[in-house]
Amino acid sequence: MAVDRSDIAKLAELARIAISENTADQVANSISDVLALVDQLQAVNTDGVVPMAHPLDAIQRLRADEVTEPNQRERFQAIAPATQDGLYLVPQVIE
Amino acid sequence: MHQFTIAELTQGLRRKDFSSTELTQHYLDRIARLDTTYNSYITVTPELALAQAAAADKRLAAGDAPALCGIPIAHKDIFCTTGVRTSCASRMLDNFIAPYNATIVENYLAAGVVMLGKTNMDEFAMGSSNETSYYGPVKNPWATDCVPGGSSGGSAAAVAAHLAPGATASDTGGSIRQPAALCGLTGIKPTYGRVSRWGMIAFASSLDQAGTLTRTAEDAALMMNDLASFDPKDSTCVERDVPDYTADLNNPLTGLKIGVPKEYFGEGLNPQTAAHVEAAIKVYEKLGATIHSISLPHTHLAVPAYYVIAPAECSANLSRFDGVRYGYRCENPKDLADLYKRSRAEGFGDEVKRRILVGSYALSAGYYDAYYSKAQKVRRLIKQDFVDAFTQVDVILGPTSPSPAFAFGSKTKDPVAMYLEDIYTIATNLAGLPGLSIPCGMVDNKPVGLQLIGDYFAEARLLNVAHQFQQSTDFHQQTAPGIE
Repeated sequence: MAVDRSDIAKLAELARIAISENTADQVANSISDVLALVDQLQAVNTDGVVPMAHPLDAIQRLRADEVTEPNQRERFQAIAPATQDGLYLVPQVIE
Repeated sequence: MHQFTIAELTQGLRRKDFSSTELTQHYLDRIARLDTTYNSYITVTPELALAQAAAADKRLAAGDAPALCGIPIAHKDIFCTTGVRTSCASRMLDNFIAPYNATIVENYLAAGVVMLGKTNMDEFAMGSSNETSYYGPVKNPWATDCVPGGSSGGSAAAVAAHLAPGATASDTGGSIRQPAALCGLTGIKPTYGRVSRWGMIAFASSLDQAGTLTRTAEDAALMMNDLASFDPKDSTCVERDVPDYTADLNNPLTGLKIGVPKEYFGEGLNPQTAAHVEAAIKVYEKLGATIHSISLPHTHLAVPAYYVIAPAECSANLSRFDGVRYGYRCENPKDLADLYKRSRAEGFGDEVKRRILVGSYALSAGYYDAYYSKAQKVRRLIKQDFVDAFTQVDVILGPTSPSPAFAFGSKTKDPVAMYLEDIYTIATNLAGLPGLSIPCGMVDNKPVGLQLIGDYFAEARLLNVAHQFQQSTDFHQQTAPGIE
């Protein structure tokens, strides 16, 4: 299936990636090429086949509900672009 | 010292022919002198390496050091390393100093292994040529106008240029085996779940697996002994004892059943590459193996299924890079949406963005069943091909990649052509099986890789089959021109 610039605008919004007007057609073409490759899957009969999520069909391992990790806020915030009083700073969201 | 394999270096350290400090300094000197040509390292950590080497020398002197104690290696820059930049070759993480170690990094630290630095790679491991790195392409030591393969191109070039005796790497669709083939090395991708993924920056979580690049299968076995572990921190890690991977290396191959899939020798395979793989089959016959023609009928669907599943998982995994908590943030965002969108637009390269967009499309409302669910069904068909084959044979043999190393820029304009570079390796990841590549010949003075695929958790068997080939041939002993 081919995509056009209006699809790209929607995808850009979903993926939160800015795509400039002047590259939208180029991006649409390259995404369409990849979709043409994967469209080969549509011709395969997969009736009755169970989708495979894990190669060994493993199930989620559970653990006891115990605290195992100490709080390391200062350490993790030391690599943040902007913090204040232990909070991450972003542009104002609410007026 | 750099001519020695890891196995030889462990002996040299114990004989006191040299200390870990001398060995580490020797490699650091080589990196400083030669890596301006290859660009195989993103970050070199000389002070840390020498401190680790000094500690290793103390353990060696005490007499009860683990096997790899004092051996310097390089880590692919996808593995988190405390206090050291972990960039994943992306502008997004150019300023990211990891606050913790990946489990495999911890495993090697506990074993006294020394880290020389972090190797170059395709950005977020997305590529087959190392050309998508934010830090520039890596040159293939065998032909510096050619790519080293990818995504673990830096790890491969570093080992091939003798700038490390071994390196860690990761493989989502061929990212260990294809660079091993293009650089004339031994590269192993273990069974999915054999090695912890904790602290390995996620690309496609159901496919990613860490492994190693070395010069010999024996070295790979030594490195695997510390790489593999059960890790409660990785929910997909399999709780299973880790064998001594060196124990079976010398087993004879008499009676070994090798399956050769006819689908791996079709259109697109370089005829000279095919001839070298055929010659390798003859070597195995001489070693007592029997050769069986087999069929993996869904092989042609592996690349299409992969390019739904891998982008879908990458679009989810890479949503964490938001410009808020760590990593790149754009200048002067006008609001929160602008912060997200411009940080990601400026922080990610074109190939990463392409895959995020494809994944977002495949997972978007109305398309999920047609793409993601369909691909997961085809994935089971691909796995079943292998399950059926392993009722008849012990290992599967074929080429690793369709042709030897290609020139820079020759596939960058056509993403789909680049994707087909992994046509023989991707199915193994989809099935979760272990795979390995060893050198088996040269075409135009560039190495050719032979791929061996094993049943689940048959890494020791694969390493045995590879080691026996290397006892009968000398392809793995050849070094790139100019590498003394």
